[in-house]
Amino acid sequence: MSVRVGEAAHAPAFPKAAKRLLENAQLRRNVRRATDTIRAKRAKVVAEMADWQELRAAAHEIKEHTLRYLDFYLERFEANCTRAGGQVHWARDADEANRIAIGLIQARGQREVIKVKTMTSDETGLNRALEAAGITPHETDLADMIVQLGEDKPSHIVVPALHRNRSEIREIFLRKMKLAELSDRPEDLTGAARGYLREKFLRVKAGFSGANFAIAETGSICVVESEGNGRMCVTLPEILITMLGVEKVIPTFRDLEVFLQLLPRSATGERMNPYNSIWTGVSAGDGPREFHVILLDNNRTAVLADAESRETLDCIRCGACLNACPVYRQTGGHAYGSIYSGPIGAILSPQLQSMDHSKSLPYASSLCGACYEVCPVKINIPEILIHLRAKLVESGYPPLVERAAMKVASVAFSGADSLAAAQGLARLCQWPFEHDGQLRNLPGLLGGWTDFRDLAAIPKESFRDWWSKRTGGQDE
Amino acid sequence: MSDAKTEILERIRRAVGPRPPERTVDYAATERHYRHSGTLDGAARLDMLEERLRDYGAGVYRTSRADLPAAIAQAAAARGKRRLTIPAGLPREWLPDTIEFVPDESDSYAGLDCGEGALTACAAAIAMTGSIVLAHSPTEGRRALTLVPDYHLCVVFAAQVVETVPEALRRVAAAGARLITTIAGPSATADIEMIRIQGVHGPRRLDVILVVD
Ligand code: SF4
Repeated sequence: MSVRVGEAAHAPAFPKAAKRLLENAQLRRNVRRATDTIRAKRAKVVAEMADWQELRAAAHEIKEHTLRYLDFYLERFEANCTRAGGQVHWARDADEANRIAIGLIQARGQREVIKVKTMTSDETGLNRALEAAGITPHETDLADMIVQLGEDKPSHIVVPALHRNRSEIREIFLRKMKLAELSDRPEDLTGAARGYLREKFLRVKAGFSGANFAIAETGSICVVESEGNGRMCVTLPEILITMLGVEKVIPTFRDLEVFLQLLPRSATGERMNPYNSIWTGVSAGDGPREFHVILLDNNRTAVLADAESRETLDCIRCGACLNACPVYRQTGGHAYGSIYSGPIGAILSPQLQSMDHSKSLPYASSLCGACYEVCPVKINIPEILIHLRAKLVESGYPPLVERAAMKVASVAFSGADSLAAAQGLARLCQWPFEHDGQLRNLPGLLGGWTDFRDLAAIPKESFRDWWSKRTGGQDE
Repeated sequence: MSDAKTEILERIRRAVGPRPPERTVDYAATERHYRHSGTLDGAARLDMLEERLRDYGAGVYRTSRADLPAAIAQAAAARGKRRLTIPAGLPREWLPDTIEFVPDESDSYAGLDCGEGALTACAAAIAMTGSIVLAHSPTEGRRALTLVPDYHLCVVFAAQVVETVPEALRRVAAAGARLITTIAGPSATADIEMIRIQGVHGPRRLDVILVVD
């Protein structure tokens, strides 16, 4: 079975990527600024809610219940969506999902498709598959568009272009939209995007979306967004295709009352995001005439099979754990080499890939617990990280020396507040990862706290002495 | 080889293992100790809605039922609108005669794109989140009507205003809505350097008329 999570299979391991990115001062500034802004807004609107903890508890229970009866709810969703005029397709893996989508678009003679932000299609590599089939995908989320036109990769699951500043965006727009003039004011850049995409919204006949929630009881889909591009993509085309992971189903319409309160406050720090769209099959005189849902497994059932990390599938992709994570805040999303970054990426990506790739990701954390605290569906990320590390060790990863150093480091990082102590220890841990005079495979948990330039200056001898004392002279 | 659906369902059944036989009992056991309804009185609820609509960049007018046409005329004039598209089922007695109203009767979107804006009713409004809820009934129009034009003027009656999200969703569910849109302020983005910009692809301006008798 081919399981793909975006480009992850070809990406460098977290430590290597993190090192490169830590050197990019611009990126670090942008990431820091964006995460600080969202964190402050989130804290404010969460404090407004007297029943926040009760909502989190209910969300967790609903998700766990749904996973216990996932087969039932998927079939119920299919039955109700079909009754409402939709068609449901099932895809075992990324390639099967892409083939279904391409087949539907080609059968209607379409050569372009307008897309609203969907991580699931990033996961399956849909855009590349579409292009290979001669179909042009247009990303319509402002940030995704910046990423697509700039020919690079998303760096955050909610604000994918936070690594770009206004002048870089202006450059990209000028070049790709073939504009004669454009200022770098965010208003003008946004206006340029509006004009550029309006023509496509009105002309392109095939639309593609993900889903935040699929409601089994009614067969409805819910898409949460801010810009209105989502509404455009799910309303204006003649044919609409929605791809979602099997874990996105929820039992009843009523359950939305929990998630629609938790998601916007966690994701963007808003009381409510500007737009939510809920639709049910097809409706005469309103919206697409044809509606298809692709239910994607792509190894989610394997995650489901591990009772200790199953709750990874509860994730509603709010991004709060990224913003809260000291490692993410230092490195940004690219370091994770997967479309799912930050703490959720550290647990989700390796599992989706059957631990074949992204093996360093479970180490990309200091286990400080900030992610668990902010997670609106109460996923115990630190516990899952530890579980995954243990699983990796069982399978012989990482190699002995690195494992020992990681263990040493973990002890120090368990008191995550003492940055100075951690930095000192990070210096000590540098050596085992050094091969041919270059830092290699430095575990991410160090990357979160240290500056690599400091590391280079540490004399080696003292560490070797220390190390041989600790290991009784054993090296590898 | 079995088909994808059979195989995925089998994988799931194998993965989840033994579970309580009564799914409905398991579902009913979900503890929902969060708030299901609000506690504010009518006036405080309206004040909260107004404050939060404004907070997200919507304009707000208050009027009485009798003065609704005048309020619509005033709001439209303040935005320089002389011609608004309306859903076919919008009560004609709301409409002032200082503005031209065009019923949305075509199938196409091009007319909406070059129109000046839309005037609609709503299904509910949520004070806590500053949201308007549309269920796309004949007084609210098809989804494109409040999406494609650059301006949306929405009439909200005090009796439609609830305090919490659960109350609003119960209302639209009870009405059997198949299509629902919730709107909190004009469309917005913070994708460029985290600076909030109002008006991306949806209407760049949203005004709300609160009808209080
Ligand atoms: S793991 Fe929790 S906090 Fe992180 S993105 Fe998912 S739902 Fe949000």
